[in-house]
Formats: sequence, C-alpha cells, structure tokens
Amino acid sequence: METADALSLPKTHYLNAEYGIRSWLLTTDHKRIAILYLVSITFFFAIGATFAGVIRLELLTPPGDLVSDDTYNKMFTMHGIVMIFLFLIPSIPAVFGNFFVPMMIGARDLAFPKINLLSWYVYVVGAIFTLVAITAGGVDTGWTFYTPFSTVASNTNVLTAAIGVFIAGFSSILTGLNFIVTIHRMRAPGMTWMKMPLFLWSTYATALINVLGTPVLAITLLLVAVERVFHLGVFNPAYGGDPVLFQHLFWFYSHPAVYIMILPSMGVVSELIAAFTRHSIFGYKMVAFSSLAIAVFGFLVWGHHMFVAGISVYSAMIFSILSFLVAIPSAIKVFNWSATLYKGSVSLDAPMLYALGFIGLFTVGGLTGLFLASLGLDVQVHDTYFVIAHFHYIMVGGALMGYLGAIHYWWPKMTGRLYNEIWAKLAALTVFLGFNLTFFPQFILGYLGMPRRYHAYPPEFQALNVLSTAGATVLGIGYLMPLAYLLLSLKFGKIAGPNPWKATGLEWQTPSPPPTFNFDQTPIVTKPPYSYEQQEAELG
Amino acid sequence: MWPRLFPLFPERASTMAGRVDALYFFLIGVSAFFIVLIASLVVYFTFRYRRRQRDEIGRPVTAGYTLEVVWTVIPVLLTMVMFFWAANVYFSMASPPPDTLDVYVVAKQWMFKFQQPGGQREIDELHVPVGRAVKLTMASEDVIHDLYVPAFRVKADIIPGRYTTMWFTPTKPGSYHFFCAQYCGTRHSGMTGEVIVMEPADYQAWLAGGSGEGSMASAGEKLFQDLGCITCHRPDGQGRGPSLQGLYGHQVQLTSGQAVTADDAYLRTCILTPGGTGVAGYQPIMPSFQGVVSEEQLLQLIEYIKSLASAAAPTTPQGERLGPRPGETHQAQPPQGSTPKTPPAPKKQH
Repeated sequence: METADALSLPKTHYLNAEYGIRSWLLTTDHKRIAILYLVSITFFFAIGATFAGVIRLELLTPPGDLVSDDTYNKMFTMHGIVMIFLFLIPSIPAVFGNFFVPMMIGARDLAFPKINLLSWYVYVVGAIFTLVAITAGGVDTGWTFYTPFSTVASNTNVLTAAIGVFIAGFSSILTGLNFIVTIHRMRAPGMTWMKMPLFLWSTYATALINVLGTPVLAITLLLVAVERVFHLGVFNPAYGGDPVLFQHLFWFYSHPAVYIMILPSMGVVSELIAAFTRHSIFGYKMVAFSSLAIAVFGFLVWGHHMFVAGISVYSAMIFSILSFLVAIPSAIKVFNWSATLYKGSVSLDAPMLYALGFIGLFTVGGLTGLFLASLGLDVQVHDTYFVIAHFHYIMVGGALMGYLGAIHYWWPKMTGRLYNEIWAKLAALTVFLGFNLTFFPQFILGYLGMPRRYHAYPPEFQALNVLSTAGATVLGIGYLMPLAYLLLSLKFGKIAGPNPWKATGLEWQTPSPPPTFNFDQTPIVTKPPYSYEQQEAELG
Repeated sequence: MWPRLFPLFPERASTMAGRVDALYFFLIGVSAFFIVLIASLVVYFTFRYRRRQRDEIGRPVTAGYTLEVVWTVIPVLLTMVMFFWAANVYFSMASPPPDTLDVYVVAKQWMFKFQQPGGQREIDELHVPVGRAVKLTMASEDVIHDLYVPAFRVKADIIPGRYTTMWFTPTKPGSYHFFCAQYCGTRHSGMTGEVIVMEPADYQAWLAGGSGEGSMASAGEKLFQDLGCITCHRPDGQGRGPSLQGLYGHQVQLTSGQAVTADDAYLRTCILTPGGTGVAGYQPIMPSFQGVVSEEQLLQLIEYIKSLASAAAPTTPQGERLGPRPGETHQAQPPQGSTPKTPPAPKKQH
C-alpha cells in the first residue's frame, strides 16, 4: 500500500464520464445506480436509527416518561418499517449487488439497465409514501401490520404506509429479476457456475426469494387495504374473516425476507474471508449450495411465528422440525469460514474485522434461533425481548456487519481512494462492542419475561435496560465514525490503485474507479475463484 | 440483594417452569459450547496464521468431505434432540389434566376480565389456589391479545372470533406479573396485572367474600330464558331444537354427516353462526346471536350448557360421559351478597 502514492486515478471513469444532475437521474450505468441507492438507503438508515435512539432513551427508565404511549408505538413501528423495507432489504443487493454483479461476472452492465433504473425510481416512490405516512402523524401497527388491529382498530396512517411498502416491494422484485437474468445470461466466457465468486451465489439465492416471495407480501398488504377501506371480510372475524390467516400470509414472505437480508451478507463474508486470508474458501461447493438450501427451506418455516397463536400442535411440530433443519446450512457456512482461516495468510484489515465480527454475532444469532424453534421454550420467549435480541443479532450483527464489511472492502474500488485504516479498525471494534452491550442484555430480559413493544415496564427490568441503552449509545458512535472518515476519504484519501487488497476476482482487474463499461475487453475466465496460488505464480 | 436489582432468571412458580428451564439450560449449554468452539478456532487461526510478509498467500489445504459430513451430521443430531424434547414440553402445555379449575378470560383494549366458575369477577387480577391445575378459556372482544405469565412459563394468544386455552398448576403462593404479550395498541404496555396464588383455604375464603352475581352457570341460565333459547331447546326434548341436557362433552351427529364433540368452540359456533352446525334430525331454523350476546354472556351460556351435562340425559344416548366438570362444584353455591366489584383479596403471607 506504500506504493499507492505513486498511483493516480484513471483519467475517465464512471464518476466523471458525465456531469450534472441529469447524468445521475437518467443514468443506466449499474455503478451509478448503485451510488443512487447508497445515498438513499444511508438517508433511511439515519432516520431508522433516530427512531431506535428514541426507543432506547424511553426505556432507560421504567415508567413511560419521555414520549407518550402513542408516540412510542409509532417509533418502534416506523423503526421497523424503515429499517427493514427501506434499508436492510435493498442494502447489499441494491448497492453492492448492483455495482459488483456485472463486474464479478465480467459483464458491461446488468441484463436490463433501464429496468435497473426503474427499480430505483420505484423504491423512491415507495419511500416517499412511507415518508408521508411518517410525517403525516405516523403509523402504530408494528412493522408486522397484524390484523385485526391494522384493519379496524388503528386510526393512524396504515394505508399510506402499507402502500409505501407495497410499492417498495416491486423495486426488489425488479432488482431480483435483473440479477437472475444477468447471472444466467451474461457471464464472461469461462465463468461457469462453479467458478462464480460466492457473493454471486448468495445474490442469486436472494434474488430467487425476492421474486418468489415479495408478491405474497404485496397481495397480503392489498388485502389489508381492501379490508380497511371496503370492510371486505378477510382477516377481521367481525366481518367473517380470520386474523391468523394474515399471519400465515405475512410470514410466508417475511420469514424468507430474513434470508433476503442475511444471505447477501453471507456472500460478502465469503469474499472478505477469501481476500484477507488469501485462500480459497474451504468447502466452496457446500457454501454455495447452502445458500440455495437456505433460500428453499426458508419458504417452509413461516409457521414458527405462530406457535402461541392457537395453531394445531401437529402443524407446530412440522414447522418446528423444519425450522431446526434450516439452521443446518447456516451452521455449515460458519464451520467452512472458520476452516478457511486454517493455513491462510490472515490479515486483520478493517473489512476482515467486520467479517470476523459477523461470524461471532451471526453464530450467537443463529444459535438463539434454535431456542425459538424449540416449541416448549418458544412459548416462554415468544414476543419478548429475547426475540428482539435474536433478530437484531441476525439483522444488525449479521446483515449490517456484512454491509459495513462490504463498504470497507469495495470503497477503494467504488471511489478510487483509501480511507483511514486506523479509524476504520477503531470503528469496527466500537460497533462490535456497542452491539453486544446493546443486545446481549435483551436475551436475559426476554427470558425474565419483558414483552416486546412495551412503552413502560416493571422496575425489576431496569438494570438490564440501562445497559442496553448505554450500548446503543456506543453503537451510535460506531456508526457515525465510518460516515465521517469515508466522506473525508473522498477528498483526502490515498489513491487506492486497481487492487489495493491484492484480491482475486474480476472486479479488481479494472481501474479504480472503473470505467463506464467496466472492462476494455471482455475477460476470459480460466481459474476457479480465490485461486491465490495461481495468481502468485502469474505475478511471479 | 443483587438478584433483585439485577435479576438474571425469572421466578419458577408452576409445574411447567422446571421443565422449560431444563430445556433452556440444555440449549444454553449447546450454544455456549459452539460459541466457544468457533471463537477459539477463529482467534487461534487468526493468530497462528497471521500474515507475516506483505505478499504471503495462504497455503493449499485439501478439503475432503469427511469434515463436511461431520459438521453437518452432529448439528442435525443435536437439533433433533432439541426438537423432540421441546415438542414434548409443548405437548404437555397443550394438554390440560382432566380435573381443572376453569376460569374464563375476556380480553379487550386494554384490560383482562376474569371470571371464576362461581361468578366472582376480577379485572387485571386473578386469584387461584396453589397446587390446583387452572385452565383458562379466553376470548377477545376486539383485537388479538396475549396472556403471558413469565413465572409460570405459559403464554397464549387471545384471538377474536374463537376460544384459545391455556393451563398451569401454580406451585408457590405469591403474586406474579402477567402481561399482554401481543401488541394491541395505545395502552398495550399497561395491559398487565397479577396472578395471586393462595393456599386453598385462603382461596376458599376469598371466594366466599366475593361476587354477588351468582355463578356463571346461573347467569347463563337466566340469559337462556331471557333470550328465549328455552322455547326451542326444551329440556324434555320436545322443542324445535335439540335438548341441551347432557350435551356438553358428547358427540353430536350433524346434518352434514359429521360427528363433532360438543365443546366450547362448537357451542360458540352454534350460537354465533348456526348455519353450518345443524344437528341431524332438526330444521336449521336457529337465528344467529352474533352481536346479540357479548363475549362474557356467551361464556356464561356455555357454562350453563356445561352445567346441564351432569343433568339426566335421556335424549342424547350417543357418546361417553366425561368426568364431572369443575364448574359443577361451584354452580351449587348460592348467590352471595350484591356488591358488583370484586372485594380485595385476603392478604397473603407474602
């Protein structure tokens, strides 16, 4: 990296090929669209994090004394809606998938560049509806929109928020479709399926869930809207409907949606571990196929959200056993990543710190998932802070750590510049510690019996809540640090050069930032991914 | 002192609590083992194989499938142990013992109303005797609620339009928090209360000091007459509808050819939406009582019909008589006093 000073940015690249706001808003360049997404989801992450801040501050003391109960209910609802539908679901696919799927397979763009731009606009329209719902007084149903509360009892902006989520869903369908077609049809010569980097396998698996699952969410929200507006009896028993039917439909999408959020991160972690051990991933095929297994089995476990909702004991047993089985492919991945470190050349650069942090936090998140799949134990912890802690370990400890790892790994490629490594390592450490301090106490709170979505709580729960709020403060600082040093790097960062990490992968074989059409010549792939020995031999 | 300020573990106050905790500890043990294993491997490999020279690359490792098989099969076996163990506990939670004290719960935004079979009503407080299995039959007047008693390790959603049940046997006198665990709107976090577990003698004293409205069954009997049910469902079996004597808990032959057990859910459907539940041999002329009877009145009617199960049942020869229902023991109690509110419970020793 000392040689970086001698490097210079390429004369023309995707960022300076055109100028002006039009050149961004009408671009069909997958890399520019990725940047559009990066800016939009960062904005919504900030909003969602602010709501979380209010929640943690309120829970510092047992009585509901900071905000009113209605305000509190809106805070956790909007925290969930914004973070899930406007940040986590698009996050890695829409930013890094958009940017790197074509580059990793050696293509000039996605299969449908205009549809790619359309999907961003659809996202923006959905996001605007959600923003309107927030600013016009908010929505208080919880992100799960459970009926009949959402269709008859709530008098907040349920319809506007549901329309927002409905529209945003089409954005992920379009993105998913684009990835599937691109990966099938546009791989460079020699890039067979078994030569694809693992990030592509997980992006592909995610895209399958997006395309198959999201329409079900759209239908479900539409039915909520129809019942709310026209009183057509679907979910409300007073009109002859069935409230638990809603939960089946909702979780048929929303459980796979958890895998939409975590699978891309798993792909990122595979890339990071290979790059920072300069080693091929142990059990490449197992890791690749486990992504597909998760995508498929993920569709069969939705009922584990309803173990206390009066479903039959026998159907609960089926969903329980399937939920245990869906944990196996994740376990396989964790073991293979750990084994990859063996005889590697391990370097603890900032992206690798995030990857190792991911392994730790995801392991805790995955294992606590077994508690929830265990029927008799789920009864105690269902709808408590145990569940909150569990899915934050997956979705923040897992998905978000992967996202931060990705941004630190590919930032030099996307911008052509390096960030301050010391600050980056410090931030990774801060996030890891802050995260654990925030969410680990919540496991204990949950088993003690503190229910989720509680504005006020009995005093015996206070000590653990104080720890959690303290952790959230540390975590907040950990998130602000990258925002600062990454932005500063745009002006002051060292020039990165085409391959600062000396990683394999086609995306590192073009200048940083890449030219508009990525490659001067279509690359020809002859080696399996992560073939560091061969790279070494060629470089001499 | 410190556990009160900084509790790590909930009180254990029902027969189910120990079984759930054992499972919990087993899972914590397995989880701790794997977390320590993975963390040690990652830390050890990271240190042992740290990059010593800038251009160093990893050394080739031949990955056979033995390891993959090992770390697939072991987790599968462990999770299957968890599955069977946890399913066994869950099965017990879904199967109340035969002789339960039946308490009725109606939830609405944002309170729980309890009624003992003897008619004693309470709001956000439930008195039960220690050592006796208590079965709650629960209905909601509006949205989905959920009754959760952490110290008993039980929880069940209360879903509008149907009955859900749960049961527990308290093992220690004392008072224990319960919470609404399913988000239900503005005052969700205020929808809480206490289960007060008493020695049986104290519980009897508390019952005697209670309610003035008579037993649930007698309230149901009055409704049965006021609503005119009695004109068709005559006890002698000569009415236009079937007699309800000795009906509860027995098989009923429907016009559709199906045979169903006359339980709470069946009776609820018959009263609210009689269309699909016609009894063989009778005209489907019963009107719906949807919107006419409240959830509480519905439970009283059912409790009354339940009390008829012990009456002579000349007209329903089918099916096996169930054991005596706990409702019967209290149904005999005469109405006491006339205060509408539940008096405070006799103070307990804790």
